[in-house]
Amino acid sequence: MSDRSGESPELWLEQHGSALYRFALARLRDTSKAEEVVQDTLVAALQAHARFNGGASVRTWLIGILKHKIMDQFRHEAREAPLVSFDQPCTEDDLFADEDFFDASGSWRDSLSDWGNPEDTLERSQMMAILQRCLDALPKRLGQLFMMREVMEENTETICQEMKISPTNVWTMLYRARMGLRQCLDQNGAGRARG
Amino acid sequence: MLTCKDASHLVSQSQDRPLSFRERWGLRIHLWMCANCRRFERQIGLMRRLLRQSVRRGEAEVADLDLSVEARERISKALVEHDGHVH
Repeated sequence: MSDRSGESPELWLEQHGSALYRFALARLRDTSKAEEVVQDTLVAALQAHARFNGGASVRTWLIGILKHKIMDQFRHEAREAPLVSFDQPCTEDDLFADEDFFDASGSWRDSLSDWGNPEDTLERSQMMAILQRCLDALPKRLGQLFMMREVMEENTETICQEMKISPTNVWTMLYRARMGLRQCLDQNGAGRARG
Repeated sequence: MLTCKDASHLVSQSQDRPLSFRERWGLRIHLWMCANCRRFERQIGLMRRLLRQSVRRGEAEVADLDLSVEARERISKALVEHDGHVH
């Protein structure tokens, strides 16, 4: 593999362009955004060419860069959201705050309905459709952070570095996102879908 | 003794970091006694499984797609431009 590290970026586009595009498209679900991140990735790769470590395959190296570009895209969208910046998650305290779900003694205000354990594919795809809608309805910044974790499958450490926020803030925001999504799913029939 | 609020935070964090022995143990005892939190744990787990499944399905859907000729030309042009700047 290392002997191919000398490939020119022209060949990278030809040999890896579609693979990068597919990786991005499966996650961004938008053709023009996917094309944009592929371009950003190849340009960045070209500039970092000299630093390429021949030990890894070119494909793996490019996918690593692409992941960052996809995350930049998420973050960029988050910044465009007309809300306060990412380093002040406390200002979202009124959204999915603990008091909304728990009483003063820390018990659930309402008991949770039973969603069952849908193994059935149809039931699962119905639930997925609701989940998708709920994700879109989530406050943008929470939604982006949640996608970084669950769709990009990035770990807390990477998210902290990317977003420049503390692990505690990441966990708190992910918690809020999950509480919001769970509530949204529940209100939109996740529990009733079984009947 | 953990409250449901504490337990729900730990359930969420268990998806993002390894819990300490004490946290794991406290959570296990709470879940053993609390049907609501057991449901919460199952629902949060289901949400993760659904999403990961969806990414895999997304990958399957795009498996036959290629970058369009127009996009290739555009990217190729951008690369040449940047190459010019670098050298």
